[in-house]
Amino acid sequence: MGDFIQLIVSGTATGAIYALAALGFTLLWQAAGVINFAQGEFVMLPAFAMLAGMLFGLPLWLAFLLACVASAIVLGAGFKFGIVDPLIRHGVIPLVIATLGLSIAVKSIVRAGYSAEAFPLPSPFPSGQFSIAGINVSNSDIGTLVLAGAIVIGLQAFLNKTVTGRAMQAVAQNTDSARVLGIDVRRMVLYVFLINAVLAAVAALLITPTYLAKFDMGDSIGQKAFFAAIIGGFNQTRGALLGGVLIGVLENLVGYYVSPAYKEGVALVLFLAVILFRPEGLLGKAEERKV
Amino acid sequence: MNRTTRLFAALGLALAITPAFGQAPIKIVGLVELSGTGATSGTNFDNGVKLAVKEINAAGGILGRQVQYTSSDTQSNPGVAKALAQKAVDDGAYVVMGPVFSGSILVSMAETQRAEVPNFTGGEAASITQKGNPYVFRTSFTQTTAMPKVARYIKDSVKAKTVDLMWVNNDFGKGGRDMIIAALKAEGIAVGADISTDPGQVDFSSAVLKAKQSSGDALFVYTNEEESARALRELRKQGYAKPIIGETVLTSQKVIELAGDAANGAVAHVGLTADAPLPAIRKYDADFQREYKSRSDHNGLKGYSGMYIVKAITERIGKVDGKAFAAAMKGAKISAKDYPGVLMDVSFDQHGDIDRESFLTRVENGKQIVVQTLPPLGAK
Amino acid sequence: MSDLREAAALEGHASRSAGLRHAAILVAVLAALLVGALYLKRSDVYLLTLTMVYLMATLGLNLTVGYAGQMSLGQAAFFGIGAYIAAIALKAGVPFLAVVPIAAVACFFVGLALGFPALRVQHHYLAFATLGFNVLVFLVMRNEEKVTGGTYGITSIPRPTVFGWSFNGHYAFYAFTLASLVILGGLVWWLLRSPWGRAFAALRDNPIRAESLGVNITAYTLLAFAIGAACAGVGGVYYASLVEFIEPGPFHFSVSLMMLLAVIVGGSGRFYGPAVGTIVIILLPELLRSSNHEALKFMQKWYLVFFGLAVVALMVWLPGGLLSFRDRTLRKRSAK
Repeated sequence: MGDFIQLIVSGTATGAIYALAALGFTLLWQAAGVINFAQGEFVMLPAFAMLAGMLFGLPLWLAFLLACVASAIVLGAGFKFGIVDPLIRHGVIPLVIATLGLSIAVKSIVRAGYSAEAFPLPSPFPSGQFSIAGINVSNSDIGTLVLAGAIVIGLQAFLNKTVTGRAMQAVAQNTDSARVLGIDVRRMVLYVFLINAVLAAVAALLITPTYLAKFDMGDSIGQKAFFAAIIGGFNQTRGALLGGVLIGVLENLVGYYVSPAYKEGVALVLFLAVILFRPEGLLGKAEERKV
Repeated sequence: MNRTTRLFAALGLALAITPAFGQAPIKIVGLVELSGTGATSGTNFDNGVKLAVKEINAAGGILGRQVQYTSSDTQSNPGVAKALAQKAVDDGAYVVMGPVFSGSILVSMAETQRAEVPNFTGGEAASITQKGNPYVFRTSFTQTTAMPKVARYIKDSVKAKTVDLMWVNNDFGKGGRDMIIAALKAEGIAVGADISTDPGQVDFSSAVLKAKQSSGDALFVYTNEEESARALRELRKQGYAKPIIGETVLTSQKVIELAGDAANGAVAHVGLTADAPLPAIRKYDADFQREYKSRSDHNGLKGYSGMYIVKAITERIGKVDGKAFAAAMKGAKISAKDYPGVLMDVSFDQHGDIDRESFLTRVENGKQIVVQTLPPLGAK
Repeated sequence: MSDLREAAALEGHASRSAGLRHAAILVAVLAALLVGALYLKRSDVYLLTLTMVYLMATLGLNLTVGYAGQMSLGQAAFFGIGAYIAAIALKAGVPFLAVVPIAAVACFFVGLALGFPALRVQHHYLAFATLGFNVLVFLVMRNEEKVTGGTYGITSIPRPTVFGWSFNGHYAFYAFTLASLVILGGLVWWLLRSPWGRAFAALRDNPIRAESLGVNITAYTLLAFAIGAACAGVGGVYYASLVEFIEPGPFHFSVSLMMLLAVIVGGSGRFYGPAVGTIVIILLPELLRSSNHEALKFMQKWYLVFFGLAVVALMVWLPGGLLSFRDRTLRKRSAK
């Protein structure tokens, strides 16, 4: 029984990280109609930014804050004004292709410009374990859960309780109506991009100690984020959370009880099952066919 | 200008524009993993070869000719390695160095064999030298030589009755797993949990949990660099207290760098290590650090010593001839006294396998310490 | 009345001479490829053959993406299925000419099976389903060692022997692949000129109007997708024979993305688009890598960066792909 709980706890912690990436991804789709295939790289870049910061002698927390700011500017605003705005009028597919191209370019810049090897990043949490009722849980798992949880709760509160947050939700649900209501749509969309960039930076802080910073670390996290978002429901922010945690937990359980070889298949099977039998996602609302 | 001056000018001009006879460079081509899962191994191997080439050229080259070394990125992909091997052959390579990854060399060596070009590899899978290819030569032990040494250590020093295995699901990992199981059985040790992991695997929580819950007395970890680091971190995170033993990779430079404190206490048998207490290796270590600003891992040693073996044998046969080279390699013995570049006395058998001293290492305080030197198998 | 007939006759003339010109250029290119390769090094011929093999797959992808307007992110999976079928069958002694249709048909039906539930619901889910499918196929290839050889893969795949002629040599196999590519291209060309092809085009340009005219969107989209999958399967067979060794790596999802980019960069929906795109993603990096100019060698490391940025730039200024450049300039000229 102890194993089971341990697996659930660490799975939830990992899943929370996927959820952060998936959350930003979902917000971008809802508010701006952007499917960001470079989401994984949005996690990889802050990781390297933190690495660079530490190479200059900065402590981790400062490097992290600077990375958040840099992310918000470059991957949030820069991405929006430089790539999304010029392309969105051509339709969804050219934008998706552009994000694909961006993902390739960014990965290659890091690889060619810096290194193809992996680099360690220290964990923000002290190492060691915590013992509760005979069950061992690592400090970093608890730390991750607390931090990710705080952010998610904070974000939900912001979206539901503040005026700006509600305006953002309105934009996500129906851009035209929002505009008619006098909401500054462009500003709201910008906020979404900024939030996505910061969420990805937080994910980087939490996951790089385990993943190790490498130019292609974004591939697997981007994929998990995508799966998590679809599984949970692409048009519901809470769906991203559920999707991420579900993947994290089930992966651990399958890897332990069933077969380590097909661990990666878990997210995938869930994803395929959802697409075929409940395409709006577990928490999503069925999309009407737009004529 | 008077006549003498004109004569000298003409001579000078002629000398300047005529390529000196016998100075055509010797082409050595490197096929190395510079990206993908093998980037660490390939880059180190490549750097080792480059360092050796630099030293060799500064000392006059091989048989008076300079060595021209070019390397290409196999991207850790056997298909690419195969194409690059063809290219190397087409470009007239004398010797091919690499790839390092067993999966790649197994495919690319068909090309070099077809063209009768000697091919050194850093790969450790046993099957490399079991295919009857007279043109492939190792720069490190085959798993068939290494694993019995590990098993003996486990029996004598660790005194484990049952050992859990964690291995990576590729040719390297699978070959190692099969070999260690055979070697353990020969020593009367049972195998506990048999945990496979993926190349590039990131999350080791369930794998480590399995190891923790098993009744084994020790854990044998056989994965590639990054994965070993992640496994060690996870083992530390989950408070694993039993002995962790590996082979070559586990206590290597890169793993120590990536795993940090989590690597302390890990033990591994290594064929080559930059921490070995031998003067030739100490010198190499210092030179490598000066050149590349980072420490060499065992792959760097493989590349470096391999290049010097090329020099040694070429000078022995007195000509730049691939076929003669391959023939001379069979049963060759090279001593480090004559050729300090090979770092340790080495002998080759008929299959291209190597026999040499080896070391037992442990990680203490973030450094790899040699705790024991083991003689070559053939010396016993 | 006679003016109209005259006009129609003139137009017929014009298009016929354009058609003749097209055919003449094609023949000239093919002749150059056949003769020129005799003078190339072995590794260069290998590279050209590899490009052609990938072209078979991207040709099929163009059907799905360019003509039926669907985004497929799983073409490498079908490529891989074809390759593994070929590896197993060829090693078991099945003649090459039989393996090709077997792989094509197998991929066709797998494509139908994959597309049918996905399209029934919402059309953009085909993209997601193909993504998932590719990841799944890759995992199976890697884990099911008894069938696929797992990470070790399958080695010593034979080259084709047709009616007693062996195409083992690098030039022979090159010519064989070229001929096969021409046949495949011809089949696709004929398909696009047929009523089916026109239905595909109608799908892409205005699906709602097509539906109102009685074209069953789902059925035709599915058909285009399945045929595209079959083409990739055929390409996979040639890939297995070319490299003589396969493992899961070349059929990873990232390869599907590159194939998609090849089609879009070349110009999706244009017949020669895939050719341009495939040359860009396969030949160009190799040419850069093996060149003797230091400047170009430097480019090799940075090639992907430029490629990625070029894709972004292309999407902003030339979303129709490289081949649409000519149309754009023509349009600009006529607009003046």
